[in-house]
Amino acid sequence: MTDVASPTVRVSTRPAESRRDIGIKRRYAAERRFRAYGISAIVIGLFFLAVLVWSVVSKGYTAFQQTTITLPIEFSEKVIDPKNERATDPKQLQTANYPVLARDALVKRLGIDPKKRPLVKQANDMVSDSVRTQLRDIVVADPSVIGKTIPVTLLADANIDSAFKGQIDLTVEESKRKVKDQQVAWMNELAEAGVLKKSFNTGIFSFGASSRPEAAGVGVALVGSAYMMLIVLVLSLPIGVAASIYLEEFAPKNRLTDLIEVNINNLAAVPSIVYGLLGLAVFVNFAGMPRSAALVGGLVLTLMTLPTIIIATRAALKAVPPSIRSAALGLGASKMQTIFHHVLPLAMPGILTGTIIGLAHALGETAPLLLIGMVAFVVDYPGSPLEPSTALPVQIYMWANEAERAFVERTSGAIIILLIFLVIMNLGAILLRRRFERRW
Amino acid sequence: MSEAAVEKALDQKMNTVPLKMIGKDVSVYYGEKRALFDVNLDIRENTVTALIGPSGCGKSTFLRTLNRMNDTIENCRVTGRITLDEDDIYDSSIDVVELRARVGMVFQKPNPFPKSIYENVSYGPRIHGLARTKADFDEIVETSLQKAGLWNEVKDRLQEPGTGLSGGQQQRLCIARAVAVSPEVILMDEPCSALDPIATAKVEELIHELRANFTIVIVTHSMQQAARVSQRTAMFHLGNLVEENDTDKMFTNPDDQRTQDYIMGRFG
Amino acid sequence: MSTSLLLLIIALIGIGAYFAGRARSLTRSGNKLATLHSLPGYHGSYVAIWAVLPALLVLAGWLIASPIYIDSAVRSTLPDAVQSQGDATVQLALGQVKAVATGLNRLDATEIETIKDGSANLRETLAARGVALAGEGQPFMVEAAERFNAMRLYSRWLMSAVVLLVAIAGGLYAIRNVTARFRARNQVERVMLGSLVVASSIAILTTIGIIGSMLSEAGRFFSMVSPAEFFFGTVWDPRFAAAGSEGASGQFGLLPLLGGTLYIAFVAMAFAVPIGLFAAIYMAEYASPRLRSIAKPLLEVLAGIPTIVYGFFALVTVGPFLRDISAQLNGLITGNYQNFIQAQSVLTAGIVMGIMLIPFVSSLSDDIITQVPRALRDGSLGLGATRSETVKKVILPAALPGIVGALLLTASRAVGETMIVVLAAGVAARMQINPFEPMTTVTVKIVHQLTGDLEFTSPQTLVAFALGITLFVITLALNIYALYIVRKYREQYE
Repeated sequence: MTDVASPTVRVSTRPAESRRDIGIKRRYAAERRFRAYGISAIVIGLFFLAVLVWSVVSKGYTAFQQTTITLPIEFSEKVIDPKNERATDPKQLQTANYPVLARDALVKRLGIDPKKRPLVKQANDMVSDSVRTQLRDIVVADPSVIGKTIPVTLLADANIDSAFKGQIDLTVEESKRKVKDQQVAWMNELAEAGVLKKSFNTGIFSFGASSRPEAAGVGVALVGSAYMMLIVLVLSLPIGVAASIYLEEFAPKNRLTDLIEVNINNLAAVPSIVYGLLGLAVFVNFAGMPRSAALVGGLVLTLMTLPTIIIATRAALKAVPPSIRSAALGLGASKMQTIFHHVLPLAMPGILTGTIIGLAHALGETAPLLLIGMVAFVVDYPGSPLEPSTALPVQIYMWANEAERAFVERTSGAIIILLIFLVIMNLGAILLRRRFERRW
Repeated sequence: MSEAAVEKALDQKMNTVPLKMIGKDVSVYYGEKRALFDVNLDIRENTVTALIGPSGCGKSTFLRTLNRMNDTIENCRVTGRITLDEDDIYDSSIDVVELRARVGMVFQKPNPFPKSIYENVSYGPRIHGLARTKADFDEIVETSLQKAGLWNEVKDRLQEPGTGLSGGQQQRLCIARAVAVSPEVILMDEPCSALDPIATAKVEELIHELRANFTIVIVTHSMQQAARVSQRTAMFHLGNLVEENDTDKMFTNPDDQRTQDYIMGRFG
Repeated sequence: MSTSLLLLIIALIGIGAYFAGRARSLTRSGNKLATLHSLPGYHGSYVAIWAVLPALLVLAGWLIASPIYIDSAVRSTLPDAVQSQGDATVQLALGQVKAVATGLNRLDATEIETIKDGSANLRETLAARGVALAGEGQPFMVEAAERFNAMRLYSRWLMSAVVLLVAIAGGLYAIRNVTARFRARNQVERVMLGSLVVASSIAILTTIGIIGSMLSEAGRFFSMVSPAEFFFGTVWDPRFAAAGSEGASGQFGLLPLLGGTLYIAFVAMAFAVPIGLFAAIYMAEYASPRLRSIAKPLLEVLAGIPTIVYGFFALVTVGPFLRDISAQLNGLITGNYQNFIQAQSVLTAGIVMGIMLIPFVSSLSDDIITQVPRALRDGSLGLGATRSETVKKVILPAALPGIVGALLLTASRAVGETMIVVLAAGVAARMQINPFEPMTTVTVKIVHQLTGDLEFTSPQTLVAFALGITLFVITLALNIYALYIVRKYREQYE
């Protein structure tokens, strides 16, 4: 036996029974349960998001269509100006009984005997009351139409609009619903003839406040919101950036800057309604600015947005590496030059992202605006930020308080518009971040 | 001639070189902590002076006192007196910006601005008003890049970002950027520590050439580098200036035991 | 000269000063830029700042001070008969004088004559020109109004002259300073630094404004209603603020509102905290990067939706749903199809607010959990603990202070939330414990007391500020404490 016996390789064995019981099964069960809780929490959260979006969209998408009736309107002189006074009395054209023109045209179109009052009234209820202003505007703009017959597209009444969109349950007993069988019959007759039809609702973007849903829109509110966003942007971006530069680059570390720091973090968490109280007491009451004005709203939202912008800007400034600062200082740039030539441009994407998010927040903010009187029934476009105006979210709030079914549709439509704006702004912020994100 | 006489002659030869900067009793405090203890060190004109010593010995701190970069560090205090030509650079009548235009700086890690190569080089001349027309700027950019030995490599892509260059090129760009301001003194804080050997060799060669026009102070970790590029060497230890001497003498026959130990690699 | 014209002229002077300063620096340096201390642009800016800034300060001061001075001057010339009738009357008379003054500017000389000799009615003449007068005018008012107009005119001219003089003097002073070695950049940068300081002081001013304005208005309220009645009162019944009615006729008990606020916030937190916390744990500890990159932003969408949208959601979807389902349940069990959950209720508002708070809880906790150092996690896993055991026994205890801070921040949001409760909680101020019944909150009542026509003297309006400061103090305390905890927590792991 010359060769050395190789050491036997033996695998150690230990029967499973003899292993310590560390409760593996039970512990893995607990592990699975724990995971399941986590997943369900996320699913529940996303479920609510889906329900919320679905609830708004399903109620609101129809708001972007509007039922209209196109009728040949005879601008009869007998109705508009029976005594031929329009040359001497300019009020005549303003106060004439225009709805009669539409009623007569519809009665004629449907072939109703004008003497059957109830029928005529039912027919008249099919067109919106807004025909008064619509026809008046036509005549005032061009009095020569008097005596002529021209086709005009009129808004259908909100109830007919709902019925035509299939939102009214026609199986309900006739007396309990707002649209009568006769009206439905006429509606179908007109629809078949192509006189009554649905089309894209431009009105919701251009109209102002109205007590009639079909004539209500967010146009005026959008202008108010635009004024405010402009004010917020013009004020909060420079002030916020200036404040951040001071705090981040110049301020000595001492009690006072600590206080400012804590203070800004707190301001970011102060309830928005408190800013409304501030605006009411300081801007409206003390400084005597007009109530309901977009200027005051803009100032209040600026103060509210400032902390957000300052926090974002400081983070962006912090992210610029110190080596850039020393490079510029080493070349003999002053501290100001270093910051304005190098640091700030590099921090700009982060600053703009923060600003957009702050603006998006301000756009959706409602509570402080209620307090400074922007809950106003504003029909006309505000010509300047000093005139009474309202804002998109406030308009939504006001419509949400209206009982009529058609207003629910309008409210949801307005919310969709608001959400689209927010989505665009946030997407912009995300794109900006992606595009200019810099890893040092 | 006796050895002592030779040394004396050498000393005299070196001493004829005018002193560009004089540091007298320079001490630096970070808050309560003292980082530099009464350092007396002179910087000779058109000479490369190397500052060596173990980490944390105060050599970078001293370098940064020479163009007041320490001002940017909160609660850092400098005492003593440093002059550039005749002017006390810590005197209240001195504008720190003007000082830094005369005493430029190159940093440890290449830090080009995330802008084009052209803008990197022309930035200094622009803020100091060294040029007015496009042609003037073009010329400064070209000569600076040439001085930094980078011209041939980048002349076709001056509008590309400086951050797109390789590490060694970036560092030479930073040197070109410093040169463009035409400073009198250039401070270099371990300019090669982030570079590979080939890039290091190029930068060292560059330092050699720059010596003709500029006074250079370089902080380095590498004793070989100090030996290669400098004429004078100063050795720091624990915030004290241990020894200052001709580089040749320093590396062959240092006066101080600590220098000897450090050069032999016994600590550091 | 109108103010805007004046501003325009100042701006023009500023532009001129800029170019003058620039040009002078160039000539003084013999056209050699390198010998200048600062770039010519800085010299220009320096001169422009000296021309514009002092002038603007004088202008602002004048615009604020002159109306006060003129008012008091005109007031002192009012007849003794008016002066002796107390402050309110004087104030009223002064208002009328100003209206007359505006009107006089629109009349021509003959019309003014007819008014003066009494042959034409003051009020009617002015009304024809679109100026409404709050009462019958008295002869002395015309006189006072003329004095008022004259003083204003004089003040305007004087102001224009002084301001322009200051602008020119400032510019001239500055331009004399410009030399080659003049440190214009340092001067300009000092002004810039000053404006940065002013900007950052706005944050402080906002806080001072909030506290100051609310304290003063709430102080007026407490002079009419005792603080004890407000803070410990159990009945909220402010009645209507009838115009002109003096004195408090209603009851202003804070407790029912505070009860509703805390109750709804509690329901919301009870709903949001488990969901948000588990979501955060899952995303921080289990989720793949892919799932995380999708689920996290989607959940955060919930935080970006305006609260008015949540309010509407509660009003038209959640509220009716809860009402109907409670009716069905009741019918199944008792056979009586009577809903036991009101459409507007604590539960409705609480749930919807809870949905809104989920992302706050989840992202704040997510940040906190991911800050727990990896070493702790590895240590536990290396001992053979399962992930859930690691989370429960190691990570959560380590992250607990931070999470508590995050939850307090969330709670402060719940307390201050307005639009959801305005639309979904109801308006009845009641003290009760049934979550299916409506209750109301502090924020709802602030909105209610301050919408519509306001009269800043009635307690019905001023109570909103007392409510506001209560709300502010509660949320401030929560925030400061929460931010303090979170900060301490961060420092611990930095």
